[in-house]
Amino acid sequence: MDALHEDRVAAPRRREYLRDLIVVLTEKEIKGRYKNSWLGYAWSVLNPLAFATVYYLAFGVFMRVQIKDYPLFLVAGLFPWQWVSHSMGTAPNIFLANASLLKKVQFARHALVASAVLSDGFHFVLSIPVILIFLAIYHVAPTWMWLIGLPLLIGIQFVMVYGMSLLIASVNLFLRDLDRLTILFIAFLFYLTPIAYTSSMIPEEYRLYMYLNPFTPLVLNWQQLFLTGTLSGGGMLAAGTMAIVSAITGYLTYSKLAPKFAEVI
Amino acid sequence: MIAIRFDNVSKSYPRYLHVTRGLKASLLSLSQTVRAFKQEKFLALHSVSFEVEMGESVGLVGPNGSGKSTTLALIAGVLQAEAGRVNVRGHVCPLLELGAGFHYDLTGRENIVLNGILLGLTRREVTAKLHDIVAFSELEEFLDQPVRTYSSGMVARLGFSIAIHLDPDILLIDEILAVGDLHFQAKCREKMKWFKNRKTTIVLVSHSTSDIRELCDRVLWLDHGKLVGEGTPNEIVPLYEKSQLVGNSVTAGV
Repeated sequence: MDALHEDRVAAPRRREYLRDLIVVLTEKEIKGRYKNSWLGYAWSVLNPLAFATVYYLAFGVFMRVQIKDYPLFLVAGLFPWQWVSHSMGTAPNIFLANASLLKKVQFARHALVASAVLSDGFHFVLSIPVILIFLAIYHVAPTWMWLIGLPLLIGIQFVMVYGMSLLIASVNLFLRDLDRLTILFIAFLFYLTPIAYTSSMIPEEYRLYMYLNPFTPLVLNWQQLFLTGTLSGGGMLAAGTMAIVSAITGYLTYSKLAPKFAEVI
Repeated sequence: MIAIRFDNVSKSYPRYLHVTRGLKASLLSLSQTVRAFKQEKFLALHSVSFEVEMGESVGLVGPNGSGKSTTLALIAGVLQAEAGRVNVRGHVCPLLELGAGFHYDLTGRENIVLNGILLGLTRREVTAKLHDIVAFSELEEFLDQPVRTYSSGMVARLGFSIAIHLDPDILLIDEILAVGDLHFQAKCREKMKWFKNRKTTIVLVSHSTSDIRELCDRVLWLDHGKLVGEGTPNEIVPLYEKSQLVGNSVTAGV
């Protein structure tokens, strides 16, 4: 009876605690990231813009890729991609950077990963106005669909990247080479995802393989939302399914490995 | 009531060779590597049993590598026992080493909240204690400065002040009473005694036998992962000091 009562009191407190943990860690990430840089938050926009410029030069001007409004197309895929690549790129070091803490204190370590991914998501949200500017330049107007599409896609992308990051961060403690592999993996993934080119440019016989890349449906959804202001049910379903698979894989791996973190770190 | 119970607890660390030796060395002696993977383990704790009563202050002594920190990590729940059982009742709060869990670009105030939450409190609970924490640390005027501008003594004071205000049932201290200046050290000792009177369970790892004598009711002596002695500070400390000076590790129990 007593234990049962304790449980009932404890459950809401546990929820409040986990929420506070993630919020405070995310705040820390956001405040800490640009604290000593002169341009500050402008970097979350400048970074993808710089990539967009150089890809536009290489593919648009030099290689003359025939895509309508190519700069706008690039921005629509690159800005969300920046979130993916930054989160996954920092994932290998998330637990390592908190080694002294993990050795001493028992807390929900996955919150460290969640907050890193959330803070990258926050920077992506800050960069959305720049996408709006590009839309205005090319005379495309956002639609009401954005109100549903934005939160939905941000949610799906969070779940997806969280799962991948959790997997990478956990496994990297045991196989430190994963650090290097991740850098390669992200670079390859960029070229295998239709960000700088459209999916219709992929030869028919390879198009099926494109969908083995879990990020393909996600990026296609973003482009569709930003460029045409619409959403497709099938695309959302595909991205959502990928995200859930990613989160389950990441969390199961984390749960299996977490009890040994303090030993190997 | 028992706060901590270790029942024949063993813990060994596999030596994760691929991390330390690299691919080339591992491949050059492949059979050795495979064998090493299966066998090579470092036994950090070997069948250790003890109990700590609620409200008791227990000191852990022993040479480097004797298993003291492993014991603390098992109590904190950071490590899991390989054999045997560890039972812990109540909220455990480890005193963190200098600045662990601090973010140096955040202010003292922000770090208090961050650290308090990492140690298991909700934001509301930390905020309620903020005033006491700051008062104890005597860092009022630096509270809104980034912690990177603090001296290491100030960081330690802040860390200590946070940990002791979290109302832990069990306080784990790993050799950090020697923080801050003499004035703050005296204050820490004072606070430790207050904890003792308040019947907080304390597990203290220290190489300072005077701290152990002053604060502990009982001493556990570990050597090479085994419990080789257990008793009051007056019984154990002289024997331990003698063994340390001779430079021999003990094999016989006390």
